Amino acid sequence: MKNSSGGKGSMSTASSITTWKAGDVVPVPDQFPAGLRVLVVDDDPTCLIILEKMLRNCSYDVTKCNRAETALLKLRENRNGFDIVISDVHMPDMDGFKLLEHIGLEMDLPVIMMSADDGKDVVMKGVTHGACDYLIKPVRIEALKNIWQHVVRKRKNEWKDLEQSGSVEEGDRQPKQSEDADYSSSVNEGNWKSSKKRKDDEDETEDRDDTSTLKKPRVVWSVELHQQFVAAVNQLGIDKAVPKKILELMNVPGLTRENVASHLQKYRLYLRRLSGVSPHSCNPNNSFMNPQDETFGPLSSVHGLDLQTLTATGQLPAQCLATLQAAVLGRSTAKSSIPMPLVNQRNIFSFENPKLRFGEGQQQHVNNNNKQVNLLHGIPTTMESKQLTSLRRTSQSIGNVSMQVAPHGAQSSQNNSSLIEMGQPLSRVQILNDSTVPLSVGQPIVPNGIAANVSTRNGIPENIRAPGYNLVSQTSSILNFPMNHASELPVDSFSLRSTPGMSDHTSKGAFHEDFNSEIKGSGGFLPTYDVFNDYQYKSQNWELQNAGMILEDSQHSNSLQGNLDLAQSVLVQQGFPSGQINGQNRSVPIVSKAMFSAGDSTEPGNLLNVNHHLNTIRAENTVRVKSGSVADGNPSNLFADHFGQEDLMIALLKQQQGIAPAENEFDFDGYSLDNIPV
Amino acid sequence: MDRNRLHNQVASMRRSLFDQLEELQDDTNPNFVQEVVTLFYNDSTRLIQNIEQALNSRPIDFCKLDDYMHQFKGSSSSIGAKKVTNECTAFREYCNAENAEGCIRSFQQVKQEHAILKRKLEVYLQTVRQASQTA
Repeated sequence: MKNSSGGKGSMSTASSITTWKAGDVVPVPDQFPAGLRVLVVDDDPTCLIILEKMLRNCSYDVTKCNRAETALLKLRENRNGFDIVISDVHMPDMDGFKLLEHIGLEMDLPVIMMSADDGKDVVMKGVTHGACDYLIKPVRIEALKNIWQHVVRKRKNEWKDLEQSGSVEEGDRQPKQSEDADYSSSVNEGNWKSSKKRKDDEDETEDRDDTSTLKKPRVVWSVELHQQFVAAVNQLGIDKAVPKKILELMNVPGLTRENVASHLQKYRLYLRRLSGVSPHSCNPNNSFMNPQDETFGPLSSVHGLDLQTLTATGQLPAQCLATLQAAVLGRSTAKSSIPMPLVNQRNIFSFENPKLRFGEGQQQHVNNNNKQVNLLHGIPTTMESKQLTSLRRTSQSIGNVSMQVAPHGAQSSQNNSSLIEMGQPLSRVQILNDSTVPLSVGQPIVPNGIAANVSTRNGIPENIRAPGYNLVSQTSSILNFPMNHASELPVDSFSLRSTPGMSDHTSKGAFHEDFNSEIKGSGGFLPTYDVFNDYQYKSQNWELQNAGMILEDSQHSNSLQGNLDLAQSVLVQQGFPSGQINGQNRSVPIVSKAMFSAGDSTEPGNLLNVNHHLNTIRAENTVRVKSGSVADGNPSNLFADHFGQEDLMIALLKQQQGIAPAENEFDFDGYSLDNIPV
Repeated sequence: MDRNRLHNQVASMRRSLFDQLEELQDDTNPNFVQEVVTLFYNDSTRLIQNIEQALNSRPIDFCKLDDYMHQFKGSSSSIGAKKVTNECTAFREYCNAENAEGCIRSFQQVKQEHAILKRKLEVYLQTVRQASQTA
């Protein structure tokens, strides 16, 4: 096939067109489809070897793996190294559809599913998850001969998108780039960008250069980029998130509306799927979320009360309380102005925490929070879910709060930052991981990660995997939370509790406090990426470290975000061993981080995530105490004490086992706000 | 000639046994069919054992059974073993209905077909070996 005939050739703009994938090794156009780089994944060795041979016979460049994780690793290592993926549906280590989602969101490659199963339901599942084709075993070589069409088609669509929006938007975008700094700062996303590792950004930049002539048809959705995307979506509200606005918010040169649109579509699918997982209505926290009514200082107390009540009822996971507190504090007035878009969309969380309501009139926020909580979707209905919801709520509120907080001043930012930093939520992370709710600290990353995590909870390494993607969206809102306020207290308790279901007690430690401190130190919270995070956040330490890193920066909400991003990126970069975030808080750190950075972003959802994370991390940690330090937002303080992740994990695990939260300082039921340093 | 005869025999066996597989074999990979057959042979034996074990355990885990059988069906269909594949399909139906008796009976069929196939494969591999020795 000649390029000219296929989508590949459509670029006709310049000879360089054939290389339309930036950085891709483009096979000689004329030989297409020969040389098509195929990755085939199947646990059955017989099938695998037969497929490989057949594909080779088609003159394709074949790489085979017998495990989904290996496949993901390969794909991530070499983002532009493959053109198409063929995967079996039934695999022992990971469901084929899950892999499909990951690939779709992270790499945007066409994926063909195959199975001996030809039931309509399974095939339908493939369609809904975004597979571009479905082959029934035994696969005949004739069927494989045509797979190149999917590659071409996809590229053609991207190209077309580029063209449509490119010429117009390119121009518009160019000037925008110069304004990036301003714009981004206002959006906070810029912070992320700047603080984030620039690796991927640079790639985009390069692409940008070519955009004027030839837009890259394919955009690689890096972790950071996805985080930005999620943040933008959260900011706008999942309902109102239109590609154009998202694009503007993201402000990534070279990115077209079409890119965003297709990515958004995938993202929505993902969320929908997650929402089906565990719509827990956990959070009584929602009520806390309303903290808006209160001012920062008193918030903690006020909220604390509410939270306490809530917690007392056991509804509110300590974590939530913390988040709420944080949120409240942060907010001080703003009624959940946080764009909880994430949450709303999410439904997944649908926390309906009636309980929250009783807390205060904050309901409104709570509602929002609830929605945001959804971010956490996927939160297992177990304790975690509760926690998550609470986390979410709190995060939401927190997010909101933070939003509010930010304006309030440094204090809030501190909180936020600390919260974010706290990323520790290792425990959370776990939860998050399971619950896929990646504490999207400010970064929209989250929910995906967290939510995903939630469901898998068991150290779902996979969950964490999704790099930042998942987390990004949701968490951002959440993170925004309280970091601002120094209200440590809710944080600690909150965080611990909030750790999504993971460990009620983990939230020990004033979530807030933890947040602050943790956030800073935790460096790595949010492993919740889980689904999307490849990086199995195992490394608690890492997270902590990161948290520290992040904290430094996170003095401001903005920075928080950046920190979060950083944290996230760091975390992500860490490339945690795929291991497994199993309930380890690890993931949390990342999440929290992300969440925190979002400090500005009101996405409460993120906060929740963060909180969760934090909580998880915190569970054992004595961070709670930090309240004092928290205020300072000194990461150093936090870290010093920061709960050992092990502790958190233990806490989480305990929680998971259903251990009464009593262990936590914040007793779940009793939510002893006392602990919360107000 | 002996060699020719053997080679012809191998070729015809291959054709009769695996129409598709044979197409895949070529100069770059002359032992492809042999590789695949060996692989399938070992893998399917393992799977059969697993299924057997699962069937013997009480209570029967139908989910696991279905998984195993699904895998077995996949590989046998890929290799072109139609009869075995058909039996697998029947088995899976019983499995879905959680009909233990039906499963056990059906599994006997699967084993039988698989045994027949195994014998054929063994002969094939043996012939291949002989042919390569004379070559």
